[in-house]
Amino acid sequence: MTKISMRVDQENVTDDVEPRMLLVQYLREKLGKTGTVIGCDTSNCGACTVHLNGRSVKSCNVLAVQADGATVDTIERLADDDGTLHPVQQAFRECHGLQCGFCTPGMIMQAVDLLNENPNPTEQEVRVGLEGNLCRCTGYHNIVKSVLYAAQLKQGVTTTEGANA
Amino acid sequence: MTVVDAAPEARPEIGRDRRRKEDQRLITGRTRWTDNITLPGMLHLAMVRSPYAHAKILSIDVEAADKSLNIYEVFTGKDLGDSQGVNANAWPITPEQITPNHLPMPTDRVVFAGEIVAVVAARTAAEARDAAELVDVEYEVLPAVLDLKEAAEDKVLAHPDLGTNKSAFWQLDSAGQGTGRAIDEVIDEARADGIVIEREYRQQRLIPAFMEPRSVVVDPTGEQITMWSATQIPHIIRFLLAATTGVPESKIRVIAPDVGGGFGGKLQTTPEEWITWTVARRIGKPCKYTETRSESLVSAHHGRDQWQKLTLAATKEGRVTGLKVDLLADLGAYVGVVGGGVPVLGAWMFNSIYKWDAYQFNCTTLLTNKTWVDAYRGAGRPEATYAIERMMDELAAELGQDPLEVRERNWIKHEEFPFTTVAGMTYDSGNYEAATAKAKEMFGYDALRAEQKERRDRGDRVQLGIGISTFTEMCGLAPSRVLGSLNYGAGGWEHATVRMLPTGKVEVITGTSAHGQGHETAFSQIVADRLGVPFEDVEILHGDTQVSHKGLDTYGSRSLVVGGEALVLAADKVIEKAKPLAAHLLEANVDDLEFSNGRYSVRGTDQGMLISEVALATFAAHNYPEGMEPGIDAESTYDPVNFSFPHGTHLCAAEIDTETGQVKLRKYTCVDDIGNIINPLIVAGQVHGGLVQGIAQALWEEAVYDDSGTLVSGSFVDYLLPTAADTINFDIGHTTSPSTTNTLGTKGVGEAGTIASTPAVVNAIVDAVRHLGINDIQMPCTPERVWKAIHTSSPKGDATEAAAMPHFDESEPGQSSTEGAGA
Repeated sequence: MTKISMRVDQENVTDDVEPRMLLVQYLREKLGKTGTVIGCDTSNCGACTVHLNGRSVKSCNVLAVQADGATVDTIERLADDDGTLHPVQQAFRECHGLQCGFCTPGMIMQAVDLLNENPNPTEQEVRVGLEGNLCRCTGYHNIVKSVLYAAQLKQGVTTTEGANA
Repeated sequence: MTVVDAAPEARPEIGRDRRRKEDQRLITGRTRWTDNITLPGMLHLAMVRSPYAHAKILSIDVEAADKSLNIYEVFTGKDLGDSQGVNANAWPITPEQITPNHLPMPTDRVVFAGEIVAVVAARTAAEARDAAELVDVEYEVLPAVLDLKEAAEDKVLAHPDLGTNKSAFWQLDSAGQGTGRAIDEVIDEARADGIVIEREYRQQRLIPAFMEPRSVVVDPTGEQITMWSATQIPHIIRFLLAATTGVPESKIRVIAPDVGGGFGGKLQTTPEEWITWTVARRIGKPCKYTETRSESLVSAHHGRDQWQKLTLAATKEGRVTGLKVDLLADLGAYVGVVGGGVPVLGAWMFNSIYKWDAYQFNCTTLLTNKTWVDAYRGAGRPEATYAIERMMDELAAELGQDPLEVRERNWIKHEEFPFTTVAGMTYDSGNYEAATAKAKEMFGYDALRAEQKERRDRGDRVQLGIGISTFTEMCGLAPSRVLGSLNYGAGGWEHATVRMLPTGKVEVITGTSAHGQGHETAFSQIVADRLGVPFEDVEILHGDTQVSHKGLDTYGSRSLVVGGEALVLAADKVIEKAKPLAAHLLEANVDDLEFSNGRYSVRGTDQGMLISEVALATFAAHNYPEGMEPGIDAESTYDPVNFSFPHGTHLCAAEIDTETGQVKLRKYTCVDDIGNIINPLIVAGQVHGGLVQGIAQALWEEAVYDDSGTLVSGSFVDYLLPTAADTINFDIGHTTSPSTTNTLGTKGVGEAGTIASTPAVVNAIVDAVRHLGINDIQMPCTPERVWKAIHTSSPKGDATEAAAMPHFDESEPGQSSTEGAGA
């Protein structure tokens, strides 16, 4: 067992974990952060994407001990404390960017990182930027639209025209 | 009693692009996936699976596993025996069907790689998996039958005790059932003085690959044993648990909490569920099993996997006179809950939108030593649609005519509905001309044809192809009497309850079980309109047999057209039931009351009251008519009178790089006629997702086994689900021919995109390279296969001539039209 401490969703946590425990297992099993999910065992699907020190990672691809001392943010604290949704969350709802919702936490966390890096992506840049996140329901059409619309929302555009396009 | 002003004329909810009620939880991570559930004292299960496709179990040594830290118990098939129950087949397609007994965990022999031979229960999932590694199983490897055509020869048997691999033979014959002429007559006529086209197509094996791996939790500590499962079918599971494990149905509660996709893949009663049920009861503690993705791909049922031999007869002028279909369908190692019913569902769809004189469908279902095969989005209908839409293009090529013209010559005209087809189905409504005209315009058909010609004339390295699919499907499983006549084990009705709460809110219970479709939103819209209550005030409850005690769940594009109709009937009953109460409270005659926009009003006066006020008055029950009970809740069971038949025209433009074989989707346009639309946003989502699943069959996905029966595409590294970077945006549109088989006028949409898109894409690919002498490329059309087809074909092209020969005789060459196209 190894003792680790980190800041997860703005709370300080500490635990003794097996060195082999994955970050996603730590989040789900030890912290009860079940908003982050596991969709595969080969790091292909991206459903477990969270932010590690502000950048997106697949949390099945990081050992919990590697996150010792780090800041981890998950889907569960993406919205403001008063419940105001993050623009990417708003856009996914507005553009019907989810159906079953299983890939959604990872997809949203990846999209947030993508827009932080590139606030004005083209459709192709969005498609390539989400390549590591699989969705089986939407055919990606409305996910791509959601991310493009979120880029507008972040820049203060509030009409729903973008969402209805 | 209050007299209120009439409610303002509300904008109808039906037809609005309401944002989904489901989303708030899902986008903030407040989800209830089965794997999220943790119960006090809960144990975790891990499965030991066979690495061999067919083997005798000689011995299982569990001692090392059993002695590991924090291990509770290890069970083998022998330990559990018949107490496991069985995984049943609900649809023996013929009375003689051969159905292997399916113990969730076999006792002496495994019949596919991935079958469970032992189960470990431990305090943590990690410890369970560690211990599973220590279980030592000694096998004697037996010959395995892996190839579908070889299975038909019965040389190697998947189940030696059964004496054959043939599970059943099922036929639909137009002459036999009196819906058309004899097929052989029509083919003979065409051979003498017409056109005969023979082709053989492969429907490769696919994996549904829902994003949420299956998970099951069983809590045996209450009076009712509760199972949570990532399933599409909680009601069917409850019934079959009772029927096969001997626990009274009234002692079983099944809950499908948030379920992350299904696509037919969670329409099953699984060994994993049955084993978890048995182990939890045996140990007396809650148990959870969550599969890894690799386990999911190898053990959750697969889809498709057919060979289709097709003989199409037409006149010289290009009027199709008949089609003969000979199918081999792989069931895998066991017959699933629908099993052989899947290819049979395609029987009525090979004739699609066309008018023929004769039709015959022959289907042989076969057992092999591979993962079982069952419903996958479309179930039987994509295979049928692929076959006929590819054949219509082949006929057009033979005639040298535009494939849309050839289709139009043969399809049912809009004024001919209702139309009884050569297969014996009565299509309710449709307008193929309108959908096609709209699709052509949106697509820019003529301009793309011109570009195609230009590129071809120029000998461009990148060739353009245009693919067409004018599909129809039957959806809304299903009229119970029809299912009964087909020997299916259950009905096709659906149930709904409407509860009027005293505060004016409405609880609606449906027997359908959503797993991403947005029922909570669409069903709220229907009920809000019917009862005249706000959309926000309607709560849809589903997926828990203790709440929704009656239902037949979600599959076959049935939830709206069957389940939605049950809602309408239940809401109408509430309105009727509350009417005498309202009359009593308004001191008016019942006959003078009319109901609209949620309000009962007394004709010719300004007197009236809202239905929510009647609900409150009923709750108080201080004042209600003599002889009446103080309650206005109602339930309804709706049994559909017929299927509904959505249709559409899909057009795909694909660019083929003739030097690399790379296929690039350029444009995809579809116009679907799905009757009246409840929520266009949800419909668009269903169409987009359906299209990509169908396109993925055409271009990327295939479950591949090696010679020893190991699934080599057993992870997401090797099973190619498309990503955002592989796909394009779609242009979708609609025409509207309301269904005449339900009051909402709706038709199903969940499977339409998947059914239509596969042949559109392959037709586009073949169209791009047909001038090089190519008339087929086997799916998935990988760059390698396309390149091989281009570089092994003869540009002079005698393909269509050769195809007219009766080459399905075994002595003739060309037994498989896709030979040489790469495998």
